[in-house]
Amino acid sequence: MNLIVAYLTDPAHWQGSGGIPARVLEHLIYTLVTLLVAAAIGVPLGLWVGHTGRGRWAVVNLVNGMRSVPTLGLLFVAVLVLGPRIRGDLAFVVPSILVLVVLAVPPILAGAYAGVDAVDPLARDAAKAMGMSSREVLFGVELPCALPLLFGGLRSAALQVVATATIAAAVSVGGLGRLLIDGQAVRDYGQMAAGAVLVAALALAVDLVFALVQRVAVSPGLVPARRRPIDRKNPTPANPVA
Amino acid sequence: MTWFLDHLAQVGGLLVTHAYLAVVPLVVGLALAVPLGWLATRFPRLYTPLITASGLLYTIPSLALFVLMPLVLGLGILNPLNVIVALTLYTVALLVRTVADGLSSVPEQVRQAATAMGIGPVRRFVTVELPLAVPVIAAGLRVAAVSNVSIVSVAALIGIAQLGSLFTDGFARDFLDPIVVGIVACIVLALILDLAIVALARAVTPWLRGGRAG
Repeated sequence: MNLIVAYLTDPAHWQGSGGIPARVLEHLIYTLVTLLVAAAIGVPLGLWVGHTGRGRWAVVNLVNGMRSVPTLGLLFVAVLVLGPRIRGDLAFVVPSILVLVVLAVPPILAGAYAGVDAVDPLARDAAKAMGMSSREVLFGVELPCALPLLFGGLRSAALQVVATATIAAAVSVGGLGRLLIDGQAVRDYGQMAAGAVLVAALALAVDLVFALVQRVAVSPGLVPARRRPIDRKNPTPANPVA
Repeated sequence: MTWFLDHLAQVGGLLVTHAYLAVVPLVVGLALAVPLGWLATRFPRLYTPLITASGLLYTIPSLALFVLMPLVLGLGILNPLNVIVALTLYTVALLVRTVADGLSSVPEQVRQAATAMGIGPVRRFVTVELPLAVPVIAAGLRVAAVSNVSIVSVAALIGIAQLGSLFTDGFARDFLDPIVVGIVACIVLALILDLAIVALARAVTPWLRGGRAG
């Protein structure tokens, strides 16, 4: 414990390009770039699959299949295969981001798809009956109703990206993972443990930010009533969502 | 392919260690998650704190947890027990919610029928509620098994030998073959565990098989 405190309270560790703030910033930039690219791919695709009902089988299998691919191996393959084709500092960053995107798309896609798929058919029918076009139904009814699950997908993607970006330090990219990998190389456990604490704190902070954005973005009408196990005295629970 | 055939014994050894490091936490995690999930359904006030705590635990990146474990457990950083405990925590975090949801998916009528037949609370839990929750629990267990296999490989970065060591070795030598073999072996292991859980869940829920008449 003292080792961590000693590392974190040393002013030298908070300055320069290898300092903690610079590493946090790098980590956040990787995460943000990855999520933007992955959301640009996953959200429209997921909405389309949910809206049309086409390709559901592919989505489910893609998500389950990707979970079994070891991220560390994928990262190394990407860097070894793509790295030599890219010049300069980007030789490590571009393949890493690519792998992060590959990992982040399935949960986002699944969240968007599941969100649209779970929309109450009555709401969809009502919108159609009111004369809304297919596009209006998608953006005016299905998308807002899908937001809670869509955010769920985004949040699990974000956590996965923060975690994998840490591992990516093994292929010479920046970010907080550097503290862990470099600490390991020189047997400096204090630095490793401090890095681990910072990464965990960063992951929690990122998740918290998403939770707050979700709270603002999602219509209050959609926030589920606090989940309660079945009341023993009144076994048939009231169902507010018809 | 030749690399794989030349190093068959080495890959096999790493595969066995990998399977051990992934499966032990799965079993221990399930054993811990069942009573915790039961608590969360039996005492509704505990549901939110338990689920929130496991959600927070799941937020911590695996490499960070592996590095912090020695500090908590007081073991050497190369001790595989660190990985086992860390993965057990992840498994519990994932399964508490599944077990709680599985148990509350048991229809209230069934619970009441069992009580009316004079079955006591403990026996009712073991012979009625838990078996009926198996499909939901098995679904969570499959996710936990597959992600455990992937997470174990990360432990190669802190020097714990398993299939992930093929990744670090291959990368250090700029040599793709071991990495590809490692990836395939990980996927095969995940697939085997996944199928094993499906088969096991099927075996303990005979009433779900056969005709769905009536």
